Amino acid sequence: MHPVVKLLAQRIALGVLLLLAASVLIFVGTEILPGDVAQSVLGQAATEQALANMRAEMGLDEPAHLRYFDWLGGVLQGDLGVALSNGRDIADAIAVRLSNTLFLAGVAAAIAVPLSILLGLLAVRFRGRWPDNLISGTTLAAISVPEFLLGYIVMYFVGVQLGWFPTVAMINDRMSLLAKLNAVALPAMVLTMVVLAHMMRMTRAAILNVMQSPYIETAELKGLAGLMVIYRHAMPNAIAPIVNVVMINLAYLVVGVVVIEVVFVYPGMGQYLVDHVSKRDVPVVQACGLIFATVYIGLNMVADIVSILANPRLRHPK
Amino acid sequence: MIRIPPGAAIGLIVTGAFFLAALLAPWIAPYSMTEIVGDVWEPRSAEHLLGTDNLGRDLLSRMIYGARTTIFVAGMATALAFTLGTVLGFTAAVIGGWVDQLMSRGVDLLMSIPTLIFALVVLSVMPVTLPILIVVMGVLDSTRVYRLGRAVAVDINVQDFVEAARLRGEGRIWVIFREILPNALSPLVAELGLRFIFAILFISTLSFLGLGVQPPLADWGGIVRENREGIVYGIPAALVPAISIAALAISVNLVADWVLGRTTSLKGGRGV
Repeated sequence: MHPVVKLLAQRIALGVLLLLAASVLIFVGTEILPGDVAQSVLGQAATEQALANMRAEMGLDEPAHLRYFDWLGGVLQGDLGVALSNGRDIADAIAVRLSNTLFLAGVAAAIAVPLSILLGLLAVRFRGRWPDNLISGTTLAAISVPEFLLGYIVMYFVGVQLGWFPTVAMINDRMSLLAKLNAVALPAMVLTMVVLAHMMRMTRAAILNVMQSPYIETAELKGLAGLMVIYRHAMPNAIAPIVNVVMINLAYLVVGVVVIEVVFVYPGMGQYLVDHVSKRDVPVVQACGLIFATVYIGLNMVADIVSILANPRLRHPK
Repeated sequence: MIRIPPGAAIGLIVTGAFFLAALLAPWIAPYSMTEIVGDVWEPRSAEHLLGTDNLGRDLLSRMIYGARTTIFVAGMATALAFTLGTVLGFTAAVIGGWVDQLMSRGVDLLMSIPTLIFALVVLSVMPVTLPILIVVMGVLDSTRVYRLGRAVAVDINVQDFVEAARLRGEGRIWVIFREILPNALSPLVAELGLRFIFAILFISTLSFLGLGVQPPLADWGGIVRENREGIVYGIPAALVPAISIAALAISVNLVADWVLGRTTSLKGGRGV
């Protein structure tokens, strides 16, 4: 077997294993900890009888490992159970919200990825001079402010003072693409700012690392212009680390989206998760937690796969 | 006499001011945290330096008491994360073998789920009280400290003086606390600042989502949550905590950078 295929198979197997272990962790986190779901739902004043009925109804009197396999079997068949708070099917509710979340994250990524790579390149080209310092300073400031505050700052200045875009990101299926884009303009802008800082710093570091190689010095000495050196000699070698950076930051975006959705009252997964955590609706929280973990682990796996594929030493073994 | 560069000096002064405000909250806050002293969302005035909040409470007083809660919770969580992370990380490095494998893979697993998502999952079944928040944040954050602590300790563990201590017949406890800890202290102290900022941002985010510090206690994330409706009407009360959080984060960062720079020049490398 080709060594790359073997490496990829190993990495994918590891990803699946990690995902299974994560599902156990999420299940254990909600089921075996000292908190009691029935007690949480019914409150402190509930009678013993009511608690026992509730536990029987939810299947909480069965042993934990049986309930885990029940749950996992359901998840694998696309059955996420019903929400405790309103008795509606979770999979139906999540389908709509997941597509909304992916739309928002997609818009943000479409702006952030090219922009951060371009800015990262510029920072390297003008290393140590004012463009580099300006870019580094701005990113340090952006990292020091939590996402939700960045959200309100943008909402206050761009949404309210300037009045360019709506401050509440309402979205539904009947809207045209343009109307949808207008609605998500502010949250997408904030998400872009959140990941831009990280992504650019990491791109800058990745290219700088390549720029210190001897072949770059050769290219410079033979008289190539600064940006040309980066484009022809540094970029091809920096692609693997940059793709890695992009994937890690997309995974980071998935978490940032939770908070930003709450800020802009956007009907996505994050809003759904946070609402149901306060309602203590455990099946919904488990389902959302599992989906977020899947996306996160999946993107990290893609990052590793790309760096394996982009490495010519692995593709053409001796 | 240690010479302090101006950046670090500003950082130290601002950080110190925040901690003092937090410690002395009952004496320096002009009003009580819960007392309604004026109209809803009054603008800035001589009586209310930052105006009033969504219920007519003095915003400055709430910010000062909020600093107390936020810094206390973040500080305790950071302390817990460091104790747990370094002790486990050093133990893993010193013992090695399957104990190291088991703990390191466990940490990998915990880190494979985004921290915020995992915290939300756990908080959905636990009562949200200060001790539980501190424990959840501390345990989740200890994974990062564990990684660093283990990496540093693995390097130190193979040095000659550790070998000498072993040959002298010292036990594991001695090796961990008397040989490794003093030498691993400098990178860990620099990391302390970053983890503390992370904890501040984390508790603020949780409180903002309504799943952190519960009313009537004030904290910075909660103040944003209470005043967020005002934003749409152009009332910037919810932005006040933003300035505090950013100021604290940047000043702690400046101090941490300085500590890191000093220790790297002393030790010739950060050993990560």
